[in-house]
Amino acid sequence: MNKKQINKIIPKLFFFISSIVIFISFGLFFSLIFNTLGFFNNVTLAQFFFDSTWTPLFSQPQYGISSLLIGTILVSGLSILIALPIGLMTAIFLSEYAHPLLAKILKPVLEVLAGIPSIVYGFFALTTITPWLQSLYPDQIEFYNALSASIAMGFMIVPLISSLSQDALNAVPNQLRTGGYALGLTKWEVVKGILMPGAKSGIIAALILGISRAIGETMIVAIAAGIRPSTSWNPLEAVLTLTGYIANVAQSDVDQGSTAYFALYAVGLILFTFTLGLNILGRRFISRKAKATYV
Amino acid sequence: MSNNKKRRLKNKLIAIFLGIFSFSSVVILFILFSSILVTGIGALDFDFLMNFTSRKPEDAGILPGLVGSLMVVFGALLFALPIGISTAIYLQEFGKKNKLVSLIQTLIYNLAGVPSIVYGIFGATFFVATLRLIFIATGSSITTGRVLLSGILTMGILVLPIIIVTAQEALKTVPKSMKEASYALGATEVQTNFKVTFRFAFPNILTGVILAIARILGETAPLLMVGASGFITFLPTDFFKGFTILPALIYTWTFRPIPGFKEIAAAAIIVLVLLQLIISSVAIITRALLQKRYE
Repeated sequence: MNKKQINKIIPKLFFFISSIVIFISFGLFFSLIFNTLGFFNNVTLAQFFFDSTWTPLFSQPQYGISSLLIGTILVSGLSILIALPIGLMTAIFLSEYAHPLLAKILKPVLEVLAGIPSIVYGFFALTTITPWLQSLYPDQIEFYNALSASIAMGFMIVPLISSLSQDALNAVPNQLRTGGYALGLTKWEVVKGILMPGAKSGIIAALILGISRAIGETMIVAIAAGIRPSTSWNPLEAVLTLTGYIANVAQSDVDQGSTAYFALYAVGLILFTFTLGLNILGRRFISRKAKATYV
Repeated sequence: MSNNKKRRLKNKLIAIFLGIFSFSSVVILFILFSSILVTGIGALDFDFLMNFTSRKPEDAGILPGLVGSLMVVFGALLFALPIGISTAIYLQEFGKKNKLVSLIQTLIYNLAGVPSIVYGIFGATFFVATLRLIFIATGSSITTGRVLLSGILTMGILVLPIIIVTAQEALKTVPKSMKEASYALGATEVQTNFKVTFRFAFPNILTGVILAIARILGETAPLLMVGASGFITFLPTDFFKGFTILPALIYTWTFRPIPGFKEIAAAAIIVLVLLQLIISSVAIITRALLQKRYE
């Protein structure tokens, strides 16, 4: 083969390889769609939306997705309630206040927290956080409960929120900062009056992407949150989340052709849709930040 | 107290407050590591690394999980690296700015945010089912697609977006002057991309490899879905055998009510985290050495 042919073939070959991404994306999407349609051959939409609980493995199965949504919203909401304030405060502290020495300790700690596998957080929730909560709320808390999983998940998401918020704070032009100081403002007044408004879009993006991460997280809830679908919003009780159900079916000997198995695809499709929507929204907010700051 | 003093005091107090909240991550990390070390260190010895799983916690070991995890890591990288780097080179260098290229780029960003359990569903639907059909069609004695190869392919597509995005970032850092110099010497586009751009970016491409390794080692849910089981009592000697991974053993042992299993689960976590550290530091050292060569 001569040089000219190579110059023609190689880019085509590389294009061909790149298109694998298209196949994977559509494969993911359509395997969820088609099997979800299979699920709805046996279950009506009315059942799916209005049944009061989610018990596909019972002899009188119920397919009320709302009870899985309660579990997912409860756990991800609580974990964000922990991760957002801590993550944001960490970002402000690191980018504006921290002594370089403190930053040198804090940054690697956040990197390590971000790199710890979720199964380790799950184990930590079940063997350390849950016993601690049991001593705080004796007799009121179940062994498998939403709160324990949420606390562990919250600290898992702190690094994500803090790094995205830090990016947002750093993107505020330095002239605005120094301008504030020139007017005699204190650091906090600069943060509150100039940086936070300037970084607003980026911080919202951090929040949205944090929620998306929490919704998709599986192992922590599979280990620490239990498998009983909830009908109440009590975080001291067990919950079943969208991801929890998928993991549960994957672990049990559910017959692959059964409705309970096909239910996994409907749950997966909802999970996929939610996280995709949030991620697209989050990326929009990130790019809006870049545009807004450089006007 | 004058107004100015009040403002400065407020600023000081807020700084301390932010610092305290930021360091809650340090405290959590410390509690997490120390509780796992205290629980698991007693169970950690050479036999633990060399034994198979067992009904008695004192006899149980992690050998199949250790071997399985390493094989999944290397297999998935072997699959994802060539595809990922080629895709990055195409998108960044060969590809013209057209709709198809921007579609592929959008799909990659979206794939990067898909929860890992959804990859598990896809793996169980596509790879496991396809392999099973192939086994049946070829009259093989294997009756299930829940084999090592399914795990490798599932993890391969899961880390593909990470590898592509970091490789693209690495390619972006190559100075334009280097490429122009190459063209000025009469090199073709293909030669420039392979011999100049790719080589120059290679150390930074390794960053993606480091991230991918950490991710693969820690992932649990998708591999449980494609067959990793905590009860495997043989080594995955070929791609078409059943397999297990360290996190699957941890998951199974965490739920065993018999005393002693919690301890070996913690010991397995110590091994998992150490393994992550060792493999990542090998990659980090390689990157540092390569970077030095280009200075």
